Amino acid sequence: MIMWERVLQILRKEFKIVFRDPRMRLVIFGVPVIQCLIFGYAVTMDVRDARLVVMDLDNTPASREVVSAFLGSPYFRAVGWTRDWAEARHRLDAAETSGVLRINSGFGEALGAGRPAPVQLILDGSDSNTASLILGYSRQVVARISGVVLEARAGATAGRVGPGVELRERAWFNADLTSRNYFVPGIMAVLVMLVTLMLTSMAIVREKEVGTIEQVMVTPIRRSEFILGKSLPFAVIGLVDVGLVTVVGVGWFGIPIRGSFALLLLGMGLFILSTLGIGLFISTVSSTQQQAMMTTFFFFFPAMLLSGFVYPIDSMPEPVQWVTLANPLRHVLVVIRGIFLKGVGADVLWPQLVALLLIGVLVQLFAISRFRKRVV
Amino acid sequence: MRRDADSAVVVEAENLERRFGEFVAVAGISFAVRAGEVFGFLGPNGAGKSTTIRMLCGLLAPTAGRGRVAGFDMVTETERIKSRIGYMSQRFSLYDELTVEENIDFFSGIYRVARNRKKARKDWVLEMAGLQGHRRTRTAHLPGGWKQRLALGCAVLHEPPIVFLDEPTSGVDPASRRAFWTLIQEMAAAGTTVFVTTHYLEESEYCDRLAIIDRGRIVAAGTPTELKRDHMRGTVLEINCRRPFEAMRMLERLPGVREVALFGAGLHAVVDGDGEVAAMIRSRLEAAGFAPVEVASAVPSLEDVFVSLVEERSRRESGVKEGKGR
Repeated sequence: MIMWERVLQILRKEFKIVFRDPRMRLVIFGVPVIQCLIFGYAVTMDVRDARLVVMDLDNTPASREVVSAFLGSPYFRAVGWTRDWAEARHRLDAAETSGVLRINSGFGEALGAGRPAPVQLILDGSDSNTASLILGYSRQVVARISGVVLEARAGATAGRVGPGVELRERAWFNADLTSRNYFVPGIMAVLVMLVTLMLTSMAIVREKEVGTIEQVMVTPIRRSEFILGKSLPFAVIGLVDVGLVTVVGVGWFGIPIRGSFALLLLGMGLFILSTLGIGLFISTVSSTQQQAMMTTFFFFFPAMLLSGFVYPIDSMPEPVQWVTLANPLRHVLVVIRGIFLKGVGADVLWPQLVALLLIGVLVQLFAISRFRKRVV
Repeated sequence: MRRDADSAVVVEAENLERRFGEFVAVAGISFAVRAGEVFGFLGPNGAGKSTTIRMLCGLLAPTAGRGRVAGFDMVTETERIKSRIGYMSQRFSLYDELTVEENIDFFSGIYRVARNRKKARKDWVLEMAGLQGHRRTRTAHLPGGWKQRLALGCAVLHEPPIVFLDEPTSGVDPASRRAFWTLIQEMAAAGTTVFVTTHYLEESEYCDRLAIIDRGRIVAAGTPTELKRDHMRGTVLEINCRRPFEAMRMLERLPGVREVALFGAGLHAVVDGDGEVAAMIRSRLEAAGFAPVEVASAVPSLEDVFVSLVEERSRRESGVKEGKGR
């Protein structure tokens, strides 16, 4: 039988101790907002206004049209014009530009004569991610120009010819492919993970350091009562952070929330089951707060890297992909993004919810079995 | 507060042992504490006092041996023991972030003190610790002596019949120590059994019975009077003469003198036999120009007993080791 009076005493004490510490208040309420702002404004994978050096050696109406098609798109801006290859090269070396758009003389003539007319784009491949995005954008730009040219030629010669194969793209759920929409809801999970891991492990280890845990363990309190009292407050704080990130994300950044908030809370609740369990486990293997902190990060970084929060799981080697299945963060991110961006419900997300429940229960059972009332 | 020799045994240990890896903290000790007595565990730092108390309170599992507390087995029935004991450690483990009143309420809740007793118990602790005017003071801001009394109060909120105090007076000023012992005596008078560890020799005089523990073993046990009578090897002489420091150097080399130490303005010497050695000392000192010399036999203090017991054991053990070396 669990004596709720004891659970309540521990719970109340945890809340008091956490909220009387100004640093803790900052961690709980300040950090989520700051993280949202950082990920919302600063950290973006989108390429806008990529810098180009234009090297138009042809300088004909046709070549100028190509250049203006590039610069007229939202993806590029010119940081320099030159006719000197050495200078263009120097600017690439100095990372003053992401690429050089080079049009050799004779371009206009070739185009007019109906021959192939090459345009060269030299990219700084040292930042492979940006380079491949730029490559994608420039293909779109060139495809549009070719389309116009082909149509004009067809019109000039034989009247009506079909336009060939054309790809029409639509990105569902995130029409402009803004990475903010992708990241900000994800922060919720990462933050809640960090806050709950840290608070649980620290709350127990601090009592070990000060010696108060001994004073509690010498009372007839049950293991379950102690663990519940130590976990519930941080679960509540975690869920409050969920609300906080939602408010900032939706209210400030205009990120859509298309699904049910209640389902989101359920998903996060199941996720918190795992993180509290890991926190409890960390507290059983650490005897100082430094150790607890180190161990927390030992769990936190691999979990974050192997979750699909930043790096797509599909690109990972297959054995690693299997490993990620044990990562609760991976599953909760699917739930969060599903609810925020796709607006899907439990009928679609149930495999993730079941996985979270399973991992949570296993982690909890493991941690509880490791937790002893004996201090040494 | 002396209880009859036949009152019930409420704490007993039988060959209790605790190792930490290779290190033997408690090396098979046995003792019994009777209901209502103040039982002292006296020993230097690292002797195994805290380890013993933590085993009795169920905080630490013994490596070997058995014990019973309040009639329950120490190993298999720890949880039943826990509702019948109070425990206070030298760290005065209170929550610094909470106020005086919040600490009391917390432990009162954890111990599930009956609803109608809660207020009375809280008032009792506040009064006992002299903290009536400080209900809302953060515990962190209390001076050591007050913290100590509050910690004791929190440990006995549930009115346990047995209380374990692990060096309860360490790091507290002498006036608070005195006041604290008065509290202990009051509790014992009210029928509580008190098991207390200390390394302050003068405090052990307050105990009904004592066990002297050194490097994991009990080297002597009994009432303070018995210890002084039975465990003093040799006689204690009080010597007053001129230049006591030089005299000490000389006396140390004399046959029949076990130890000499400066004591007040004079010397305390532990010697074999009595009359002859005393006379010999007097004549030697006078011959060496330390006159006037006074030699009288003295009542041994517990300190004399303690030092003699601990040194006796060291001497014996180092002798054994040397013997093995050859």
